[in-house]
Amino acid sequence: MAMLRPAGDFDRNYAQDMALLRQPWQRWAMLLIITAAALIPLSGNAYLVTTVNRIMYTIVAVQGLNVLTGMTGQISLGQAAFMLVGGYIVALTAQYWGLPIFVTLPLAALGTGVVGLIFGLPSLRVKGFYLAMATLAAQFIIPWLSRHIFPEYLGGSSGRIPVPSPVIAGITFNQVAQVFYISLVVLVITTVVLINVRRTKLGRSFIAVRDNDLAAEVLGVNPFGVKLRAFFVAAMLAGVAGGLKAISQRSVGTELAYGLNESILLLGMLVIGGLGHNLGPFLGVVTIIFLEDLANVTGATMAAIFPQHATSLLTSFRPLFFGLVLMLFLIFEPRGLAHRWELLKASWRMRPFSR
Amino acid sequence: MNWPLVPQQVMTGILNGGTIALIALGIVLIFKASEVYNFAHGHLVMLGAFLTWWFAGGEELGNELFNLPLWAATLMAVLTAMLVGLAIERVILRPMTGQPVLAIILVTLGLSQFIEGGVSILFGAQPKSNFPTPFSPSDVIRIPFPGAFNDTIILKQSLVASFVVAAVASAVFILFFQYTKTGLAMRATAENHEVAQGVGIRVSRIFGLSWAIAGVIATFGGVLLATVSGVSLNMATVVLVAFPAVLLGGLESFGGAIVGGLIVGLSQALVQASRNIEVRNSAEIVPYILLLIILILKPEGLFGQKRIERI
Repeated sequence: MAMLRPAGDFDRNYAQDMALLRQPWQRWAMLLIITAAALIPLSGNAYLVTTVNRIMYTIVAVQGLNVLTGMTGQISLGQAAFMLVGGYIVALTAQYWGLPIFVTLPLAALGTGVVGLIFGLPSLRVKGFYLAMATLAAQFIIPWLSRHIFPEYLGGSSGRIPVPSPVIAGITFNQVAQVFYISLVVLVITTVVLINVRRTKLGRSFIAVRDNDLAAEVLGVNPFGVKLRAFFVAAMLAGVAGGLKAISQRSVGTELAYGLNESILLLGMLVIGGLGHNLGPFLGVVTIIFLEDLANVTGATMAAIFPQHATSLLTSFRPLFFGLVLMLFLIFEPRGLAHRWELLKASWRMRPFSR
Repeated sequence: MNWPLVPQQVMTGILNGGTIALIALGIVLIFKASEVYNFAHGHLVMLGAFLTWWFAGGEELGNELFNLPLWAATLMAVLTAMLVGLAIERVILRPMTGQPVLAIILVTLGLSQFIEGGVSILFGAQPKSNFPTPFSPSDVIRIPFPGAFNDTIILKQSLVASFVVAAVASAVFILFFQYTKTGLAMRATAENHEVAQGVGIRVSRIFGLSWAIAGVIATFGGVLLATVSGVSLNMATVVLVAFPAVLLGGLESFGGAIVGGLIVGLSQALVQASRNIEVRNSAEIVPYILLLIILILKPEGLFGQKRIERI
């Protein structure tokens, strides 16, 4: 890690060099954050629990997008459709085979990963805008298939099937406050894995392909294989996130926000948080979900003032605010909030010499 | 295949394809002039349709203000769309010059969300059924055609009219590019920004102009779509099939955009002639399947240029 450290702070062995949390205070802080998160459901505040749960599974989806778009530089407009695939896998395997959640979630990851591979195939020939179009095709084809094939299993044109609540050690997880803990555990696992992926050969080849795929090829990285792996990882995480979303909402189907706008929202969250930065998904998702609540409040206020247009006003401010904030970030801070955070940290470290 | 339906569907498909081709032209124009992949073009189309509806005396907010006949409403909407196009270029895309492809795509996606929210606040989110179309659904042209269903092909007048307008607009547009000084300047800019600047073309003005023209084309496309199928927020998503059309034809080719639009229209109509209900239902995704096929087989499109990349 190329960062400035105070004099006298150096590593005495490789374990220290590789540690993610270097200082004792960092370990305490991390323990405190996770404990605080775990205590949220005990507060009994339904809004808070639902929102934080939604934040957590959305972060998992955005983390997948971060691997694909942030680290590997491939644009995907199909992340929401992959979430739909994951949701269906969790629902169907639990419903018909009665599998426990330790099996259904990994199955969702694998199955969605394979679907992601199929739609990643065009990355053999194309990149940039063309690849965005290929994933756009996925975003239209997958929900269409779920509405039209196997209607007896996938819910047909109404596009909605119930998801059985998972049972762990005899306890049925049918409240959001209980599903919350599953999301939390998954989020901690994905975060730790992804931080480490960045330091492996695979993670470095992701970044090499992003920076210049021809140059990466010259250096002995197989860009096609790396891009496909990125698609696989992104779709896997989307599958897990979709599974968590399905379990939280207790039903899954095309009518429950798995459309193109949701995919754009996930991409926007990543950009606002910071492309390619581990903190990016966290900052972006929290910001956008907060922004959505702000938009809902604004919409409700405006609807109270203009009751004759209430139905339009209630839903209109979300895309308006999101589009505006996304454009402002791209114009003024394209590296996202994570970059601001890094600047803040650097200036704290440099005190009192920082400007 | 339900063969007696095929001649009917071929004609309908070509007529629908005309409008798609016109919309695709707008995307190609923006790309050629400024290398921006405009994902918000569908929303510009929707905005144009809503503006026309509003100037023509839409019920919710504007009926006291404007109550123009369709042609005047279209003209007003075109002028407004030009201003919107200029504003988009100046405020949003000028600062993005030189940014990577990803950022450009994202900024147009952000713009599309912004337009969606704005339109729904200004004009209401409900679909509008009272678009002042000059045709009623029962106005049809019957062409005798032996072998077709009932030995006639039935064409809606609104579809025929929209095809004629789309064809004329595309022709005017291409002539403008081939023969006028401004059109030539735009082509020069598309070829190489620095060289164009070197011979005295004001590149920034060309960018603004191309967005203004794109706004105009989008508005025409929106009005044509609205006369056939009404005005709604959903239009923007429906119009995304112009993207497969653009890629089928090749990103740099105006002729390709038109051919691509016709292919998309035809394919969507032809699957409707199937006897299998699932195949008929697939009309909305057929363009995307074509898109995947063309991306794997011939990514530069039918008439596009092969790109050579240097490190």
